[in-house]
Formats: sequence, C-alpha cells, structure tokens
Amino acid sequence: MSPALNVVGRSVARSDGIGHVTGRTQYTTDHVFPGMLHLKIVRSPAHHARIRHIDLSEAERVPGFVRALTYRDVPHNVYTILGLIGVEPEEEFVLAEDRLRYKGEPIVAIVAESEEAALDAVARVKLDLEELPAVFDVEEALKPGAPIVTHWGNNTFMYEGHPCRRVRFGDVEEAFARADHIVEGVYDTKPIEHAAIETTACIAVPEANGRYTVYTNSQAVYFSLDNTAIILQIPGNRLHFVGGTVGGGFGGKVDVIVEPLATLAAIKTNRPVKYAYSRSEEMQVSSTRSAWRIYVKDGVTRDGHIIARKVTSYADSGAYSRQTPYALTKHAANAAGPYAIPNVSIDAYCVYTNRVPSSAMRGFGITMASFAIEVQMDKIAELVGLDPWSIRFINAYRDGDVKPHRKVVEDATLIETMQAAAALVGHDLPAEFRTMTSAPRHAGEE
Amino acid sequence: MASTIVTFELAGREVEVMVKPMTTLQAVLRYQLGFTSVKEGCRQGGCGSCTVLVDGEPMMSCLLPVEDVAGRRVTTLETITPDEGVHPIQQAFIDHTAFQCGYCTPGMIMISKALLDHDPHPTREAIVDALAGNLCRCTGYEPIVAAVEGAAQATAGKGAPR
Repeated sequence: MSPALNVVGRSVARSDGIGHVTGRTQYTTDHVFPGMLHLKIVRSPAHHARIRHIDLSEAERVPGFVRALTYRDVPHNVYTILGLIGVEPEEEFVLAEDRLRYKGEPIVAIVAESEEAALDAVARVKLDLEELPAVFDVEEALKPGAPIVTHWGNNTFMYEGHPCRRVRFGDVEEAFARADHIVEGVYDTKPIEHAAIETTACIAVPEANGRYTVYTNSQAVYFSLDNTAIILQIPGNRLHFVGGTVGGGFGGKVDVIVEPLATLAAIKTNRPVKYAYSRSEEMQVSSTRSAWRIYVKDGVTRDGHIIARKVTSYADSGAYSRQTPYALTKHAANAAGPYAIPNVSIDAYCVYTNRVPSSAMRGFGITMASFAIEVQMDKIAELVGLDPWSIRFINAYRDGDVKPHRKVVEDATLIETMQAAAALVGHDLPAEFRTMTSAPRHAGEE
Repeated sequence: MASTIVTFELAGREVEVMVKPMTTLQAVLRYQLGFTSVKEGCRQGGCGSCTVLVDGEPMMSCLLPVEDVAGRRVTTLETITPDEGVHPIQQAFIDHTAFQCGYCTPGMIMISKALLDHDPHPTREAIVDALAGNLCRCTGYEPIVAAVEGAAQATAGKGAPR
C-alpha cells in the first residue's frame, strides 16, 4: 500500500540540461566585465630552492603591465585550508616568501590589461635562486637527514602530537602468532590529475558598495569565501561568492587557490580581475590525488578468515597538506575494508615532499585503501583455495559488528550488493551465500 | 602589428570584427561576439570543447586564426538552436542525459552535427571515431554515443536542420 512514487524509479530530466545543450549555461569565464584585468603567476622553476632576489624591473616596462603582487601585499600570507575546522598549523604560502617548496609554487602575481601582456611580463621576471636538495618519495622523506619541506622541522603532519593517524583494535601480534598464513603486500599508487575540461578560474569584481563579487568555479564556495576573508583580513560580509556551475571538479576544485589573489588584485586596482588556469597549469600545478604507498600484513586461518590486519600507509601530500590530513583520517577508518576483522592496527602518515601538493579526489583516501585491500583479498583467496566471491562473503561485515575505529556497523549492504552483482553477471552462488544476509550475527556466530 | 578587419558569416548574417593578427576564432566568438557556447578547455587543440563548423566542416576554433575564416560561414551551437524548442541532436542529448557538468557538451553536439550532416546513418564505430577528438571527463562517453545514435534515428531521411 505504498503511495505512488513520482520520482523514485523514473528518469527525470535534469534542470540544467536545456542550458547545457544550448550553450546557455554560464560558466565562470563566460562572464566578461568592462575594464577587466588579467592575473598570471610567476611560478617556481625549481623543486626546492631559496629565493635570493626577484627582479621585476623588466616586467614593469611591458606595455599593459598594471602591477605586481608579492607576499608583502598579502595581509595573512600563511594559511591552511582546513584551518576553518581547527586544523593546525598554518602552512601554505599564498605567495612564496624566502623558500620554494615545489615546482610551480606561486611567487609573484602579475596584473595586466590583457592576458598577453600579463604572460609577457611574467616571462620577464628574473629570479635569482639557490637550489636545494629535494625529496620526492614518502619513505625517503622520513629518513634521518632528508631535506625538510615544512617550516616546522619534520616531514609529517602531526595528529594530536603523533606523526601518524593511528587505529588500534584487539591484539594483532597475538593473532599473527596463531594464524595459519601470513599474507603481505605493498601497494604503490601514482598521483592522478582530475583534468576537468574547464580549468580552475575566478573573476573578482569590485562593487559600488565596497563589496567584491567573486565568480568562481570552486566546488567549495564557502570554504573559499572564508579562507579569502582570512587571507585578506577583511570581514566575510564584504565578499559575495557566486558559484554553483562547475565544469568538472572531481575534487580538483575544492582547494582555495585563485580567489584570494584575484580578490586582492581587485582590491588593489579597483577593477575586475580574472585569474584562470591555463591547461598546462591545470595539469602541472593544480592539486592531484596523492601518491600512496600502503603496506598490508594479514593473518589468515586455513579456512580463509582474516583474524588480523596491520596497515602502514604513507600518503604523499606534496609540499602542502591541503585536504590530505582529512583524507588520511578517512583512510585509517576504512583500511580494514568492509570486513569483520577482530584485530587491526593502522598507522597512516601524511608525508610532505617536494612534489606538487595533492588534495581531494573522488574517494578521498578510501579508493587507495580499497585497491590495496581487494588485491589482498584475491591473494588470500588463492592461497587458501577459495574463489574471489567466497573469501569476501565469509569475511563480510554485518550490522552490529564493530569496525576497528569503534564504529558500530549500521545498514551494511556488502553481502546484498555481492548477491546482486552475482545475479547481474550470471554467477551461481552456493546456497550458503545466496541466503546470507547482513542481519546481526547470532550469539557465538563467526 | 596593425589590426585588420575580418568579415565572415555567422547566424545568417555578415559580421565584421577588428582583430590583431593571429587572434583565434575562439577568442573572437567568445570575447568579442559573446558566443560563449564555444568553450576553452585547453586552447591548444587537445580537447574539442571549442569545436565549431566552418562551411560545414568541424574545426577547433582555438587553433584557427580568424583571418582564415574570412568570407566563410561559421556555425556554433547558438546558431543551430531554433528560436523555439531544440534541435533534434540537442533533444537526443537531453533524452540520453549525455552530459554531467556540460562543459564539453557544445563541442560534442557540434561534432555530432558535422557527422550526421555527412553520414545520416553512422555505424557505432563511425560515431566513436567522430567523437575521438572531443574529451569528456564525466560521462565515460557511452551516453554521448547513445545520444548520437538516437539523433541519427530522429533525423535520418529528413536531414538535420540547418
């Protein structure tokens, strides 16, 4: 006797579809304002360097040059995106001061009458740099004597005083000692660029009432507004951010990168300022998914039950952590996977290197855990002589199980999802798995 | 270098623009004439989001100096959109939800129009081949291929409007 459903189970035309197919959807850079200036960035050509001197004299003579901005123009130059939710310390430089920590790091912002003039002036800025040894590997970065990337003296993000996010559940060493098999693996993943077809961009427009309207393709409009207010040390009510239409994001547009500088330039010039990434900036400078190295050690019984799992993970945050500390927390909470494992130990490190900063991407720390874990599951299945379906059914978590980070499982659907998947691909499951459910276990049931 | 005046046909009328040498058709359409369906995903001929038709042939307007279209007919997504309703290819993209963020959509529709104008009954292989230069990061392409197949069914025999 359920009421008629008007939307569930039906295809509904998207409200933005007509705009997309007629080209009338307005994306950030489709806006044009009279007198609009263009902002381009002088970027670090080195992975790690000390700045000795910056010579702007030739750039300033380019016809159409309006002004240059350096860190001295930025009221609060060192920030942390997640500072809004209490993450410390402030670490990322809006514009570099004395040290460059990654290739592509912004040093000087050039504002000019045209994009061509801005690019010409950028090319004429002379940098006198002293190159420093750089580190590009998470485990190299943790060795004694490694080049130190951060301004506080070690290469890890600190979680409540610890160099890693830790999860401890049961006693893994005791369980390894009584396991029939030990299965170990190391899993390396590379950075991935989101490569949205629309590049990162914003336009900051001074309004007559003293406010600034900022058209942006940020995926995180209020994060960007609040961080811009902090960086520029102005009240948030002087900023009006207009977002919502994003030409592809996938996590690549959640960092606060273009809005603070474009707004600062609009304040300094009292003119609209556009700051849009080129395709090469999008590919080479914008945040990527982190590179990860994940060590997994599983203790397994001869019938395929995983009784202990130890995970040590390193995420390469690059030179600044952005959203990576949060991704590691999610990773640590999910590194045991959707499986009921009674003894688990996880150490997850957010490591600084001289690579381009990484940040959010779909799955956010969990995708990499899933990759490592599911390859482990297949290895275990092969070792104990089970098929890939069986190993997952017999270890699947159920409602009422406690995950290693003490979350009681609710609404588990792994078993039901696998049953549906098996039906879709025409795989006949044995009766014990066909009738299994995610309902809470009976007392004493494994 | 002195600017010159370039004349071409757009939306059924002659337009005149004053440009510096080597200004791209993409820049003229977007920033002088306000035809912002012409997108700029890469400005280096790599993504297809700026695809327009020149005398019916698909071209990436980001690589095309506007002098090269002097005296020729330029077709954009704006110019194929009827005053009322939508073009059959546009309707097929809606019906198949052949977009997510929408940024590649104008280029996808223009390359599809060029294909269907030449070949009203394309094979799936011909559709995939035609779309090869147009990148989409959201859909995985399947809904777009389905939309072009649907549009071919809807337009075949009648010929696609203008």
